[in-house]
Parts: sequence; C-alpha cells; structure tokens
Amino acid sequence: MDTQLSYCTFRVEDLHFGVEVLRVQEVIRQQHMTRVPRSSPVVRGLMNLRGQIVTALDLRRRIGIPERTSTKPLMNVVIRTGDGPVSLLVDEIGDELQVDSSRFEPSPETLQGMPRELIRGVYKLDNKLLLVLNIDPVLKLSA
Amino acid sequence: MDELDDIIKEFLVESYENLDQLDRDLVALEDAPDDRNRLSSVFRTIHTIKGTCGFLGFPILEHVTHVGENLLVKLRDGELRLNGEITNGLLAMVDAVRTILANIEVSGTEGSDQYEPLVEALELLRSGKSVVATATASAPVAVSSVGAVPDTDAELVESTEDRVGETIESIESMVNDLTQSPSKGRKRSSKKSEPKPKAQKAEPKVKAPAKRKTPAKPKAEAKAKPAPKSSSKAQSEQKSKAAPKPKAEPKSKRSPAKQPVAEIVTVPSLAEAPVQPVVAVAPVEQPVPVVESEISHHEIAHAEVPTSPARKESKSTAAGNAAASNDAESSSESGEKNQAISETTVRLDVALLDRLMNLVGELVLARNQILQFSQSTSDPGLIAASQRLNLITTELQEGVMKTRMQPIRNAWSKLPRVVRDLAQSCCKKVVVQMEGADTELDKTILEAIKDPLTHIVRNSVDHGIEPPEVRVANGKPAEGTLWLRAFHEGGQVNIEIADDGGGINLERVRAKGLEKGLITEEQAASMSDREAMQLILLPGFSTAAKVTNVSGRGVGMDVVKTNVEKIGGTLDINSVAGEGTTLRIKIPLTLAIVPGLVVTCGGDRYCIPQVSLLELVRLDAERARGEIETMHSVPVYRLRGRLLPLVYLDEELGLRPPRTEAERREAEKVNIVVLQAEDRQFGLVVDQITDTQEIVVKPLGQHLKGIPSYAGSTIMGDGTVALILDVIGLARQGHVLTEHGGRAIHEMNNKGERSQSQRSYLIVDPGDGSRAAIPLSSVARLEEFKADQIERSGHQAVVQYRDEIMPLISLDGGYGGGCGDGAMSVVVFRAAERNFGVMVGKIVDIVEHDAAGNGPMIAGTPQIIGGRVTQVIDLMQLVCA
Repeated sequence: MDTQLSYCTFRVEDLHFGVEVLRVQEVIRQQHMTRVPRSSPVVRGLMNLRGQIVTALDLRRRIGIPERTSTKPLMNVVIRTGDGPVSLLVDEIGDELQVDSSRFEPSPETLQGMPRELIRGVYKLDNKLLLVLNIDPVLKLSA
Repeated sequence: MDELDDIIKEFLVESYENLDQLDRDLVALEDAPDDRNRLSSVFRTIHTIKGTCGFLGFPILEHVTHVGENLLVKLRDGELRLNGEITNGLLAMVDAVRTILANIEVSGTEGSDQYEPLVEALELLRSGKSVVATATASAPVAVSSVGAVPDTDAELVESTEDRVGETIESIESMVNDLTQSPSKGRKRSSKKSEPKPKAQKAEPKVKAPAKRKTPAKPKAEAKAKPAPKSSSKAQSEQKSKAAPKPKAEPKSKRSPAKQPVAEIVTVPSLAEAPVQPVVAVAPVEQPVPVVESEISHHEIAHAEVPTSPARKESKSTAAGNAAASNDAESSSESGEKNQAISETTVRLDVALLDRLMNLVGELVLARNQILQFSQSTSDPGLIAASQRLNLITTELQEGVMKTRMQPIRNAWSKLPRVVRDLAQSCCKKVVVQMEGADTELDKTILEAIKDPLTHIVRNSVDHGIEPPEVRVANGKPAEGTLWLRAFHEGGQVNIEIADDGGGINLERVRAKGLEKGLITEEQAASMSDREAMQLILLPGFSTAAKVTNVSGRGVGMDVVKTNVEKIGGTLDINSVAGEGTTLRIKIPLTLAIVPGLVVTCGGDRYCIPQVSLLELVRLDAERARGEIETMHSVPVYRLRGRLLPLVYLDEELGLRPPRTEAERREAEKVNIVVLQAEDRQFGLVVDQITDTQEIVVKPLGQHLKGIPSYAGSTIMGDGTVALILDVIGLARQGHVLTEHGGRAIHEMNNKGERSQSQRSYLIVDPGDGSRAAIPLSSVARLEEFKADQIERSGHQAVVQYRDEIMPLISLDGGYGGGCGDGAMSVVVFRAAERNFGVMVGKIVDIVEHDAAGNGPMIAGTPQIIGGRVTQVIDLMQLVCA
C-alpha cells in the first residue's frame, strides 16, 4: 500500500536529507552561537531561541562529511525532542516533500563513510536520492 | 473515574500532611500527656483519615485507623494516660497508615498486609486498664440472652435506665465542654438553649430509628426522658450538622452486624464503665445504639460510628469539603483557626509554580535586555518605562520566589519523631530544640536537604549523645539535647545541627582511617584534628563500634556531603571532645536566579555564581612577574602570604595549550578571581572581569551534561547565551581539589592556624604618602564619593549616605587628601548605631598581619606591616576625638 509521507528536506554538501515534518519545530537562519569548550566537536554551540537555550549540532560533523569551505551562513533545523528542542546545522533548506512509500528502500549495504544507523533509508526521487535521517540516534551523542 | 482519582489524590496529600502533624503531636504528647488540645487534634486527624477512607473504600486502612481511634478515645477521655508504650503503638499505627497510603499511591490498592498484629496490639493497649476487656467479653452473652427473650430486653433496658442517665450526664458534660469552645456561637448550641422545645425535638428523633423495630420505641423514649437536656443538646448539635440522620440509618442497617465488638468498645469509652449494659444491647437492638449515638452524636458518634456512617460522612467531605472538615474540627478550639487558614490559603501544584518561576526567569532576561538597550538611548519615555519595568520585575521576581519558599519547619517536622524512635531504641534520652523553624528556603532545596538532615540527626543521636549513665557520670544532665538551628546569613541559609554529646573521638577516627586504609600511618600521625575530622566525610567511613539498624553501615556522611554539595551547599563539622558536635550546612536560598560574576575568556563570556566568589585581584604586568610563582610547575600566587593555586580558565577550557613559565611571565596583566571550592581556595585567571548580574540558571542540554566545567547556562542582557562555570568542577579539573582532599586539608589547616594569631588589616594611604592600617573587622564598606557630594555641617564634613548624614573624619586632621581629583575613598564603619566615614587618599591593600610576631598591636603606635612603617588606627578613638 502506498502512503504519502511529508519530509522536511535539507542539503549538506551534495547530499539531500529528510526528516519527518512533524519532528521539525522550525527552520531558522544561523544565530549567534556561544561555543562550548570541552564539549564534543559536533556541538557547535548554544543559541537563544526566544528565551530557550538550544544546543546546535553540526550535521556535517555528526555524519562525517568533510568540513566545508564556503562561508555562507548555515541554517538551523530545530527538531523537537523529549528533552526540548535541538538544532541541526545544515547548508541549505530544501522544500517540504511528499514522497511515496513505494519509493523507499533501506540504506544500501555499500553506504560508506557514514554511520549506517543514522540513515533509516533512501527515497529514490526522480532527480535525486533523499536520505531519511534516523533522527533520534542522530541527536544522541555518545559521550 | 478522573474525579475519583482526584479525590483520592487529594485524600493522599491531605493525609500525608496530617500524618506528619500526627508524628509531631504524638511525640509532643509524650512529654505532656495531658495536653487535651493536642489529643483532640490527634484524634481529629485519625478520624478524618478514617472517615475519608471509609468513603473511598479502603477497608484495611479504615480498620487500622478505627482501632487506633478507639484507643485515642480512651486517651482523650482520660481513661488511659498516654505512656511510651501507647505512643509506640500509635506511632506504629501512623507508620502502617503511611505504608497503606503509599500502596494506594503506587498501585491504587491497600496492599495485602492486614496489620493484624498491630490491630491486636492496639486493642491490647486500649484494654490496658481491663475495663473494656470485661465489656467485650460479656457483650456476646448479653446479646444472645437478649435476643432470645424479648422481655429481658425491656427489663434490661429499664434496669439500665439509671445508668443511661449517668451516661447521658457524662456525655452532657462532655458536650458542654465542647460547646464552651469558641465555636459555640456558630453552632447555636449553648447552655442557654431552652430544654423544652428541644426535648420535643428529641422525640421524633428517637422515633425515627424506632420505626424499624417497635420494641425499641418505649425504651428509646424512656431513655430520652431522663435526660431531655442532654439529648436536646445533642439534637441542637445535630442541627448544626449536615447529615445526622442519613448517618444514623446506614449504621443501624449494617454496622452492628458487621463489627459488634468495635461497637461495644467504643461506647464505654464514651461514658466509662456504667454504660456497659446499654452497649451490650447494641448488637441486638439496633435502634438503641442509634439513639445512643445520636444523643452523643456530635461529640462522639462522628468518631465512634464504624464503617458505614463514616462512609456517609466522608461523602459529605467530598461533596462540600470545607463544610465537612469544619464539621469534624468544630468540636475543638482549634476548629476556627483551621478554618481561617483554609480560607486564606490555596493548595497549588508545584509544577505550576515552577512554570511561573520559569516565566519570571524569562521576564528577568527580557528586562535585562531592555535595560541594556535603554542605556544606549536618550528617549526619556523609554528610560522611565524601562526603569518601571525594572522595579516591577524585581518585585515580581521576589514575589514568585516567595511562593516557592517554605519554612524549614517542613523539613524538620519529622525529626522529633526520628529522634524519639532512635533514642528509644538505643535507650537514650534526647530532647530536640528548634530555633528559627520559620527560616524560609526554596522548596527544591528543602526537599534536597531532608534526607541529609535526617542522616545527620540519626548520627547525632546514635553516635553523638551518650547513654544516660555515661552522661551523668560525666556531669551532664541525663537527657541529651539536640539543637536544630536555622538562620539567614549573607544570602545563604545556615542550618546547624548540634548535640551536647561526647563529641567526635579523633583518636578513634584516626585509628579507623588507618584500619580502612584511607590514610597511611604517617598521615595519621601528622594529621591535625581538623584534618582528622574531614575523614568522617569520606565514603565508607564509620566509627560505630557495631552496625546497628540505624547507623554504622558506612554510607552516611559522605552521602550527606555529596547531597549538600549538589545543591551548592557546604558542610562543616566542629566537635569538642566531651562537649558535643556541631554540623553546619550552608546552602543557597534558591537555585533558579542567582547573582553571578561575568568574566570573559577567549572572547566568550562566562558566569561564576557569586556564592563561591571570595575576592578579585588584579595584578599589573610588573607585579604579575614578581608575584606569580611556580611550584612544581603549578602556578601559585601569594595572596596575603598564603599560596593560592592558580587555574587559567582558557587552559582549563582547552582554548589554548598550557602556558609555559615564560609565557606566564610575559602576561600584560592578570585578573584573578579568588574562588572557594569546598574547603579550599583557588584563583581562576580570566581575561577580563566584566560585571555582576542576576543570572537565571538554565540547565544544560543532554549533550553537555557530562562536562564538569559547567553548572548551567544563562541568557545575557544582549540575548546571547553564556555558560555558567561550575567552580567545584573546575577546581577538580584543575587538580586543585583531589578526591581525597589531601591538599585541601593542608590548606585548611593553615587557615585554621592563621585565624588564631593573624588579623586582617586594611592598608590605606591617608593622603600624605604614609601608611595606616585599619583592622578589617571593623570596616563596614569601602565607598567612593565625589568631592561635590561632600557637604559641610558646622565644622564637620558630611556626606549623604543611605538616607542618613554620615560625618566624615579625616585621618590627618585636615580636609583629607585625594579629593582634589574629584573622587575620594571613604572607609565606612559603624559605631554607636550610625555610620562614620574615614576619608583616605587611597586604599592600598588588605594584608594579613601576624600580631604575635611583632608584639601586641597597639592602636596608635606604628608597626611594621608588609615591610613598611604603618600607623594602626583605632576607629573608635577617632569617633571619640
């Protein structure tokens, strides 16, 4: 049976990622961030989201994509979690996509350079592949 | 279903509170067994629980409380006198009730324990005077005979008529007692009420039950007649009550059959032995007990009636809460007081308060932002509005904080019980004395210290206070005393737990430390007393000769210490062998909004909670070169002759590699924040010291929890996030604090010795280049005034200071130096209830001076302090001059 699922999509380098739209609280421009020395390199800093302090994680570093060279401002994808919102820093925000579950496929065995448990699977879209993030493990950093 | 849950929840909350009160009352009662007010309060509490649980359908709980209640009735009526045994029984009942309540809270059921031994014990206690024992025994006999021959029934009733009269009289007198209470007017039942019309009313009442069993009718009437007055009184009492009749009905249907024994038991306790026969009838002739209970209704029926009436009653509790509780309580003097309290207080969910607190936190941040913004504008309207906002926010913040404040009494309330139980189990006598029970602190903190307090108190009773024989032999009163004191000091709450016991035997502590391998032999030998004292706080340490069920298991003081430190508190032990031990806990008032020092480091701002802040030291390049030394590659600074280990914040945070010695020497200037971490001090070197500010502490997210350097985060005035440093964490990380506190102990030791022979002096330059020293202890504040603020009154230079006119005294007799350039330093001190200011040219330093080494410090004579001739100034003398 085919079901339609909505994904909020974004781009890091040349990869397109998607997160279920219901998990995304909001998308905002890069904010002033306070760095947190001695924390994991994935933690880019803390930002003030309307009085709430939100930890910003660098998706690039989280899934092991090499550091980027551009200085274009990043975007925050603020994800709802049980412990309050957490932000993912990405290069660019894409559209909200309705995708057909028939196009879904588990992440290929050959997927390399990226921890497989972080990617739930792939949607084969017409012109690209949409990698669906397994968002909870992505946001969880093992010390 | 939800509604029922709510009712049960409310019942639980209320009952827990009541039980705490009960513990207190029972312990207090043991000292003053004849305190009737307290007895009735205890009685009411149990009664309320029993009533409500009957309604909610908790038979076990009801049974247990019912038996306890029966015992209490006898106590209240003076038939039994409270003794240790009975108190134990009642406390055991309270515990049982607590267990059942806990079960209900967790599983919604009462649990499977039937508490038969407890019930039996209580029954035994109740029959302690054997009065009732016979009654219960004879009851079934009477019942059977009466039941078999109706005639006997009538005879029996007649023969008991006189006794009934007596009974009623005694009930009457009780009712009188009651009606003399302040609640008199409200209840319309007073001695003044005319007997006649009420006697008439009494009849229908008697008839009502009689309808069900005709033979009972004449009896009932006969009974009513001898004592129209009393029954009428009871009647009038009833009128003030909402549901006397419905109450009576279910009773006659059910209770006698269900619990005949209990029934019999309760009534004699009402009116002493003579009632026996009447009671004996009860199980058979249902109407009679009804009449009985109606007559005595207000006073006792409420309490006595088992099972079903209670159910009824609590229905009214649920329906019209206030009315019912007034009802239950109106039989005593405190009734009105309680009512007054319930009218002016609201029970609130703590979660709501937390939310409010969070919102106020947000508001404080927004306020800070606006204030900062308004500083850069010249719009007078905006400035005025933001100032008003500032004031209101501050007030709101204080108000909301206050809602979370609770008197420490709440944490102390269970301690007397703990002490009592413990003292009894170790055959000691201990009285608890509380001072400052009204001292308030934040609810979360209160919760956090409850367990440590209990632990400390247990320790004091178990290890501290000696057995009576030993105490007497040592010339102390046989009864030991445990003091609980609480007071505010400098934005912190101090809690002291002191006992007049044997003190801590340091030899034993040392020996134990050796035995457990916590210290080496050399350490033990070279250890000072204060150091040895700290051993108690190490994990796995206990000097108790044997492990008892209360203490000696080696998990104790270290847990206490950790718990206290977790909430930002400190723990200090003082003990004098043979005289006692004092434990002092210092904890912050609140955790949510705290004053903090803002520093910068590596371009970022960090906050340091002001609680740990001792002082700020700034060294210029020249002094830094000379005074920062290296000891074993650890940088130290000599702060008034003491070595202060330095921790560089940027290095600690990994913002730069550790400095080499040369790099340290090249530093332009060094800002040192002197901090207190546990029992030791260290200097945190930062780039810049910015400001102090009220900061709203926000917990760190999941990803940052494990980092020891931070205690939380906050939002600064400009909206950016700043991290709050964890002083203790930093100290640990910088190896200033070690797990076993080896260095800490030495440091503290030095401190202890220092305080004996050294005093701190404020070194000032009076304006002529010479030096003068003022004992720091007499200095209240250091202020700076502009020259144009100084006014003259006669020949006296004065300045307006804190809404009073403060005279300024010059050290050199002249106008004082240093005022030429606009600002002048003034040392403020207090004498004769007012402030005085001493004008000085320049504040130079604060030094520690060893008086012993230099001969006595005589005011007015020059001394050599810090290598320079210094005049020591006696401020009092200045005032006189």
